[in-house]
Amino acid sequence: MADYNPMELMICVAARNLEDGATVVVGTGAPCAAAMLAQKTHSPNLTVMFEAGGVAPILPAMPISVGDSRTFHRAIMASSMPEIMETCQRGMVDYTFLGGAQIDMYGNINSTMIGDDHAKPKVRFPGSGGANDLASLCWRTMMMTPQDAKRFTEKINFITSPGYLTGGNSRYEAGLPKGTGPYRIITNMAIMGFEEESKRMKVLNVNPGYTRKDIQENCGFELLWADKITDTDPPHADELRILRDEVDPQRYIIGR
Amino acid sequence: MSKTVELKQGQNELFTDPDADKAREFFRHKSRAMVNKVTTVEEAVKTMVKDGDYITIGGFGANRIPTAVLHEIVRQGKKNLGFAGHTATHDFQILVGGKCIDRLDVAYIIGLEARGLSPHARRAVESGKIKLTEWTNATLSWRIKAAAMGLSFLPARNIMGTDTFKYSAAREILCPFTGQKYVAHPALYPDFAAIHVHECDVYGNAHVYGASVSDQDLAKAAKRVVLTTERIISNDKIRQHPEETFIPFWCVDAVVEVPYGSYPGNMPYEYFSDEEYLKQWLNLEKDPEEFKKFFKKQIIDTKNFYEYLNLNGGIERMIKLRAIEHLTDKK
Repeated sequence: MADYNPMELMICVAARNLEDGATVVVGTGAPCAAAMLAQKTHSPNLTVMFEAGGVAPILPAMPISVGDSRTFHRAIMASSMPEIMETCQRGMVDYTFLGGAQIDMYGNINSTMIGDDHAKPKVRFPGSGGANDLASLCWRTMMMTPQDAKRFTEKINFITSPGYLTGGNSRYEAGLPKGTGPYRIITNMAIMGFEEESKRMKVLNVNPGYTRKDIQENCGFELLWADKITDTDPPHADELRILRDEVDPQRYIIGR
Repeated sequence: MSKTVELKQGQNELFTDPDADKAREFFRHKSRAMVNKVTTVEEAVKTMVKDGDYITIGGFGANRIPTAVLHEIVRQGKKNLGFAGHTATHDFQILVGGKCIDRLDVAYIIGLEARGLSPHARRAVESGKIKLTEWTNATLSWRIKAAAMGLSFLPARNIMGTDTFKYSAAREILCPFTGQKYVAHPALYPDFAAIHVHECDVYGNAHVYGASVSDQDLAKAAKRVVLTTERIISNDKIRQHPEETFIPFWCVDAVVEVPYGSYPGNMPYEYFSDEEYLKQWLNLEKDPEEFKKFFKKQIIDTKNFYEYLNLNGGIERMIKLRAIEHLTDKK
């Protein structure tokens, strides 16, 4: 069995979800690595976009900023932020990845603040940036995150980016485009999707080395479970080789 | 559609007037003269920014930013400014370091993307002394676009149902054609914008290369616009490739030639960001006293941007950053 760390597992699983010919808006870090890995394995025609305007670059190195010059190095297009966001709003972007400090059972994400007074937060984070836009307008939103009961919580302090809001049809009744929403939550312990009707988070696969008990204990709300839970297919040797040697040779993201 | 739909509105303050007729009245009197607009950073900030103004900065945080103008705003002690935090990173660090801002349209603040969070900016925002209204990157782009179009709002399909909407100043509306619920984003007409460009002529006809973020709209939306430019080129060069004119002269009030003007930020095709310097700045912010000394030495006590560049390695450092940008730094 190949030796790998949780970040490598999450990136490999995320990459497998990006099919050839699709479009994805990514940020810096793990999402960018997942997109690069997908391109170098099964999805050579995956179009990668960055919110400041870069479209389909040939990345010479990991970007530090979603607007730095690497994000449009030998690209198809160096466009603008409205161009990217309007492409999402028009329904042409299939995937995006988000991060955040808290997530609830409907996949709503907080990257704004901890506390109960918006004017004087206990802890302030950067805010939406483009996250709310991408979560609102891309077809499928994914998240890669370590899992613990503080991060996966019953009630998040601030809904920065929409998941399925209060479940059921509430996301679309609020006015967000039909058919959009959270798709996969990829953690160090499991892979989750969302139940068709209730839109609650549902475990699909269990990662090697973890039990159902671990997964529920590290989640602050009650998880649903798929009828047939399968083990996550661990990273393959060729995925790991490409990830380590070609995607992130400096090990900025996957660590040492 | 017989079902009545409840239309919500964001509860936070709208810091700028979206009225398109008032904007037209201003633009009616804005000069259209194609005259030499070359000036100095000192003079531009002195005459174009006053306390209480709402300002916007082009580029993207630490990419293609008009650093010299940001420093000068601090040095001249401008106060109570409103600011659009449209992925504001190093630009925000500078303005918050100078205590220049008292109200803030937030899309992305206090972070430096993959570099981490700014301890000083975070302390400033958590103190509660800066008024915040929440938005998003697309929203601020579209608010600026609405102004560039001469409108008072643009409809969009983001932010509805979230706390980002609740703490914004946006409003829900219904489409008169389809009945679909949209969010109306109010136009943002800033008092002042500073944009760093690759090249422009003395009249302000400018070329920008690489991702343009929102800057083409920003140059149209803002009432007063200063361009800092890596180099001034001849008007002939503009006329050779008119399709490349990114910003036309009538949007621009002042032009200043500032080579390496985006330092320590990245300038596409010219030089990469100085990651060691930005890391040092972030580290020093952990200790408020150390940071105060550093900020004073770097910005307040430097005479101008050239003294600042020399303090940080001068032309030798710039040549290294050029090599990183051109991927020729490694054998």
